[in-house]
Amino acid sequence: MSKKVSRRKFLVRGGLGTLGVLAVGTYVFRNPMRRKLYSMVESTVPPYSGEGTDPNLWFEITKDNRVVLHSPKVEMGQGTFTSLAQMTADELDVDLEQVQVIAAATATGIVDRLSTGGSLSVASLWEPLREMAATMREMIKIEAAKKMGVLAESLSTENGVVSGGGKTMTYAKVVEGVDEWEEPNTPVLKSMKDYKFIGKPIPRIDLEAKVFGAPIFGMDAQLPEMVYATVIRPEQVGAKFLSANTSAAEQMPGVLKIVQIDNWVGVIASSQAQALAARKKVKVIWDVPKKWTEEDIREMITVGSGDEMMIQKSGSALDTDSADVTSITFKSPIGAHAQLEPNGAVAQVEGDKVTVILSTQVVGITQKEVARALNLDVENVNIIPSFLGGGFGRRLNTNHAVQAAKMSRAVGKPVKYFFTRKEEFQHDMFRPPTHHIMKGKLNDKGLLEGLEHHFASGSVAIGSVLLPEMIHGVLGVDIGAIRGGRIQYSGIPNIRAVQWHKSLPFATSWWRSLGLLANTFAIESFMDEMALKAEKSPIAFRLSQIADTEEGNRLKEVIKVAAEKAAYSDEVINGRAMGFAASTDAGAPCAQVVEVSIENKQIKVHKVTCVLDCGIAVNPDQVKAQCEGSIIMGMSAAMHERMTLRDGELYPIIYGPYQMALMKHAPKEIEVHLIQGVDTPLPVGEPPLGPIGAAVANAVRRLTGERLTELPLRMED
Amino acid sequence: MKIKFTINEVSQSVDIEDQNTPLLWVIRDMLNLKGTKFGCGKAACGACTIMIDGNAIRSCSYPVQLADSKSITTIEGLGTPENLHPVQQAWIEEVVPQCGYCQPGFMMATAALLAKNPTPTDDDIDKSISNVCRCATYYRMRKAIHRAAALTAKDTNENMSYE
Repeated sequence: MSKKVSRRKFLVRGGLGTLGVLAVGTYVFRNPMRRKLYSMVESTVPPYSGEGTDPNLWFEITKDNRVVLHSPKVEMGQGTFTSLAQMTADELDVDLEQVQVIAAATATGIVDRLSTGGSLSVASLWEPLREMAATMREMIKIEAAKKMGVLAESLSTENGVVSGGGKTMTYAKVVEGVDEWEEPNTPVLKSMKDYKFIGKPIPRIDLEAKVFGAPIFGMDAQLPEMVYATVIRPEQVGAKFLSANTSAAEQMPGVLKIVQIDNWVGVIASSQAQALAARKKVKVIWDVPKKWTEEDIREMITVGSGDEMMIQKSGSALDTDSADVTSITFKSPIGAHAQLEPNGAVAQVEGDKVTVILSTQVVGITQKEVARALNLDVENVNIIPSFLGGGFGRRLNTNHAVQAAKMSRAVGKPVKYFFTRKEEFQHDMFRPPTHHIMKGKLNDKGLLEGLEHHFASGSVAIGSVLLPEMIHGVLGVDIGAIRGGRIQYSGIPNIRAVQWHKSLPFATSWWRSLGLLANTFAIESFMDEMALKAEKSPIAFRLSQIADTEEGNRLKEVIKVAAEKAAYSDEVINGRAMGFAASTDAGAPCAQVVEVSIENKQIKVHKVTCVLDCGIAVNPDQVKAQCEGSIIMGMSAAMHERMTLRDGELYPIIYGPYQMALMKHAPKEIEVHLIQGVDTPLPVGEPPLGPIGAAVANAVRRLTGERLTELPLRMED
Repeated sequence: MKIKFTINEVSQSVDIEDQNTPLLWVIRDMLNLKGTKFGCGKAACGACTIMIDGNAIRSCSYPVQLADSKSITTIEGLGTPENLHPVQQAWIEEVVPQCGYCQPGFMMATAALLAKNPTPTDDDIDKSISNVCRCATYYRMRKAIHRAAALTAKDTNENMSYE
């Protein structure tokens, strides 16, 4: 039975301000049941619980019969918009060409109150978005039946047109003038075989904008009368602002205003170049209580130092004094996000209204931060998220929107403000350094009797704006740093995984895949070493120590398929060796085989074979793109990147000295095989980052006999 | 001072106080062509790559005065949806971009490379394409560069057979 709903629940509105072309928009509330669903799907983070009651918008039907989806998630390269368009088109019965996806602004749509992150965009919207699209389709049919004078049951829909009883009507015609909708029961979703777009390698819908240089990024935003600003930050770690002399800077050409707010200085000028020139003349006095060194940081991040939490325990602990326990220590460095588009914002304060355009993964949180800082109601702050010039977790904190807004208020004009590259490197929210002690003992059959992973890390989740402080008290653990830290070899009788946590004097936080990269490097390097010690193939050694659970069987499957597809061999052939590693992150097991040689003491990766069980691949081509990108970004982190402390400053401060994987380092061959082990989409943006570091180190071990234990992997001179 | 140049086949004249202003800011903020990106400001990442008289130039570190009477091409002048440049066509066919921010710089560097070396080897590509892509789309970019070379050769052959 369908029920009548008042216009409080479904609204149609004319003349939307967001896009000039829109004349008719259909607003749909997000209901509490679906919210609950999100929170269940986004299970790594606590549910948001303070939704307002403003109308929220999912789809608009435009006058020219297109559908605009206001995405609650932002596009930062993951291809989410394309997958969401596929899901929308299939259940709403429109052609893919008719669907446009834009990131919802807080004033006009549903934004994710928490974040775009955790590789969860497609996975978390899989059910609710298709349900919403199907419901919308049925609502259109009900209205069409009235307008066409035909029974709703006799109507069919295709390409945005309702047909039946010898008549047709476009969706645009159907929705015109409707201000009271009947909400049907949630329709049964189509079966996979009936989807025209889901599951197909559809080209990204944002390709055109991106190859013609369309102004789609936060950095490209422009408002009339806009001026340019820069904010001065300290070079020394832990420096506190004392005072600033701005008189010389105020005389510089183009300078409009120099503000000192709280403990920072902003220089506002007519052009970007003028603002940057003037900032050099500002003299800030900083209090630097301590000159932090690399050794200080290393000492803090050491197993046995800080807060301890057992995250996995079965059987008993290994007797460490026993001679037959093998122990190896591993380390990973501080890593920078180094996303190409600097952080920043364009802000306009007009009276008690604020508009901020920026690249952010936390649209809802940024809205609250700006409102709080400017002492305004949240509804008065409109956050318009742009396309992101890279996210990787860096934009899970974008409170620089506050500075942009305060400078706009001070100067009375829209302000554009971006970090310099040096600031990006020195004031990143880094991937924390880690320290791992692996311990293992073989039994007389050459299998592990016990395996232990003790690891120390700086903060990932702790201190983040995404999680209330009390959560850490409840969980007692950094839920970001532990990613990949558990031992997936469930057949081993005695297991321990223990986390040690300490906060560092500079910000560390979410870096794509969180703890997965370093934890997998330690565990999978050690597994390889134990396989060698047991004189077993690293494939068989792993397979025989995974329990026959559902999760275990899916892990075994990716391991088997990877070994088979790559024709894994322990032999060194023509100066090339293979390396193997596997990990499970967010329920998505991934195995990789690399082919490596060493030329002039440089490790060269020729080929990577990657097998990922991603569940349903809504867009297999974009899942593969995520694998390819994760592999090379993982190689970059595992083989090249390292931030250090030098004279109390974080260093390097520029690309180049901050070594990264470039074209010349990228493997010439990457083969990705996808497996559907479950009938729902799984996260794909981070799990393939797990195995690569260990796989390369394991290949080097076979090539040279040397076990590399520290990232970035480098051959000794 | 007044500086004149041609940009995307249009003559432009800009009046600018500081002749050492990086060309990037003139292109982005004065001429409002936002396809050329700021990445680092030190010619280290290549996001701001444009072509000046056919050469790949990192515009963030190129004083505007040096552009006087030269011919500039930015991503906006490379091709259009109706008339794709082979590099753009190859980028679309290989579905290269992820976040997309660095891509104009890579495409301009590739266009300049192909103009000088129509059939680059992998080694040529490694040596001449040194931009930074954080999404690490290098694997598809390499395929796209080879594809663009093949498309260029095909275009050239077709044009020749016309004559």
